[in-house]
Amino acid sequence: MAMSKPNLLHIGVLAILLALFFILPTYHVGVFSRVMVLAIYAMGFNLLFGYTGLLSLGHAMFFAAGMYGFGLGVNLFGLPVAPAFILGMVAAALLALVVGYLALRTAGVAFMIVTLMFAQTVYLVILYYGEYTRGDEGFIVQQAQRTLAGIDLTTETARYFTAFILFSICFLAIAKIVQMPFGKRLIAIRENEERARMLGYDTASLKLRALVLSGLFSGVAGVAYALLFGYVGASFSTVQYSIFPLLWVLLGGAGTTIGPLIGVIFMFYLIDVSSSYTNAYMLVAGVVLVLLTLFAPQGLIGTLRKRMFAWLP
Amino acid sequence: MEFGPHLMLASLEGAVISAILVLTAVGLSIVFGVMRVVNVAHGEFFMLGAVLAWGTTTTLGGHPAFGFMAALLVVPVLVGCLAAGADRLILKRVNYDPDRTIVATIGMLYIIQQSTLMIYGPEARPVEAPFNTRLALPWFEFGENGLAMIWPWGLSITSYKLFVIFAAFTVLIALWLVLTRTKIGLIMRATQQDSDMAQAFGVPVGKVYSYVFGLGAALAALGAVLVVPIQQAHYLMGGDPLLLAFIVVIIGGLGSLPGTVIAALLIGMSDGIISVFFSPTLAKIIATFLVAMVLVFRPQGLLGKAAT
Repeated sequence: MAMSKPNLLHIGVLAILLALFFILPTYHVGVFSRVMVLAIYAMGFNLLFGYTGLLSLGHAMFFAAGMYGFGLGVNLFGLPVAPAFILGMVAAALLALVVGYLALRTAGVAFMIVTLMFAQTVYLVILYYGEYTRGDEGFIVQQAQRTLAGIDLTTETARYFTAFILFSICFLAIAKIVQMPFGKRLIAIRENEERARMLGYDTASLKLRALVLSGLFSGVAGVAYALLFGYVGASFSTVQYSIFPLLWVLLGGAGTTIGPLIGVIFMFYLIDVSSSYTNAYMLVAGVVLVLLTLFAPQGLIGTLRKRMFAWLP
Repeated sequence: MEFGPHLMLASLEGAVISAILVLTAVGLSIVFGVMRVVNVAHGEFFMLGAVLAWGTTTTLGGHPAFGFMAALLVVPVLVGCLAAGADRLILKRVNYDPDRTIVATIGMLYIIQQSTLMIYGPEARPVEAPFNTRLALPWFEFGENGLAMIWPWGLSITSYKLFVIFAAFTVLIALWLVLTRTKIGLIMRATQQDSDMAQAFGVPVGKVYSYVFGLGAALAALGAVLVVPIQQAHYLMGGDPLLLAFIVVIIGGLGSLPGTVIAALLIGMSDGIISVFFSPTLAKIIATFLVAMVLVFRPQGLLGKAAT
């Protein structure tokens, strides 16, 4: 079977990520474990924002749902890793279903604000039940509870490969989804919802499915974060964590398969470098956002696609 | 204290909260109404107002009233000019596209907040109130001798807090007069109703947008100058006013000024009263959730007109 260019690109990206483990020094291996987990979050956000054209400002609630579904499952109910992982995913998908059912009645600015408000409600609920969630302070998932099939997931190597496997699954799944007729319909909604409806597509149901999928991927990222880095805290459900995926996706390129990963890597190193000079490192994020909206609204990969490689997926 | 006086105290605190909230929310509402953009950086203009008020009073020194009056006059103008400049430099170039404006103002939010952190530092600093006499308030009760006036212990308000309520009221009246009785107001309303048509009739729409954006920020800054003698200036203080102002503007109906004022009174008073009698977090949860629900089932808000 001859591979198409996009497929080759995706395999190539995964091969590079695999090779990086053997090339990079320990510190950067740790950075990339984190980057891959956050890239899953960014890709989930991108499915809704980049492909369906719906801008949510409350995605942190899905990330937090996965994180707390897993963390509380392990800590309160003493579940092993695998069932707790599923619990986290179910929590995120269910939350996305409920939020989607309500929020998708609105559009545009109202949709952004409704999702923002729902996320704020989730954040406050986490604080309110501080007895179980330990509020802002958060809680640690013990090392003993982070083993899967006898493998200790807290070592640098196991962490990198778990992150890599999860990232690969989500990456290839999303690349597949956007190639399927379902994905094409989402793009049709982004381009012109009215016309998509006129062509006979049930846009309301398609948008709901896109939101649930997007919430599910964000939830997986939340579960993976709690599993691999062992920390669960309310700060991951704040507005800031809803804005980060927007930043990453815009930076990398909305509606591209590899854009979210590129955006996370770029932003991570930008903040890493600037925080060694100043404690006001979010200033860099602000300047980058403004410059992006002014000069490259399509992001790094989006601009590449426009200027040179039209085939980029 | 008994229930009655307690409730009165809570309502007075609520009225002070409402007064500040009205100014902030009306600023946000004017910007949304005329320009149809959501300004996420609005809370940072509020914070900037508070920080600059601290800066003005400490540089000038002298009697607190002198420094405070200077801040009251100078700071809103400064913040307004800064906002108008940002509008020229950034928002104008993204063509006021709703999505891109939100992203750009999120960027502005971080730039303003973090620059303040670098220059002003992470400390919270107080500003001395120009006058601060404690006024005891009477309470009426039916006793053995019929209606009697008593002075319950603890039922009091400072003269400064009364001034805040009065000042907010005055500014609102002035704003309403400008909007409905002057040519400037006429131009703003024309731009709000149909910017293309206004442009065709020779209204410099681009300039109007800059002024409106500046005016919105100046109102937030004015509210902040009024609040610093009660609440200290801190570089992260813009978050709560932004969220509350958003809630108020949405509940009142996007772009509807009377709706905004009514909603600010409603939210400010209930915030004051609920947080005296219930857990503040629970109050916030209920308020935030209700706002989301209002928007889901009535996207145009209480007094807003349905979008066409």
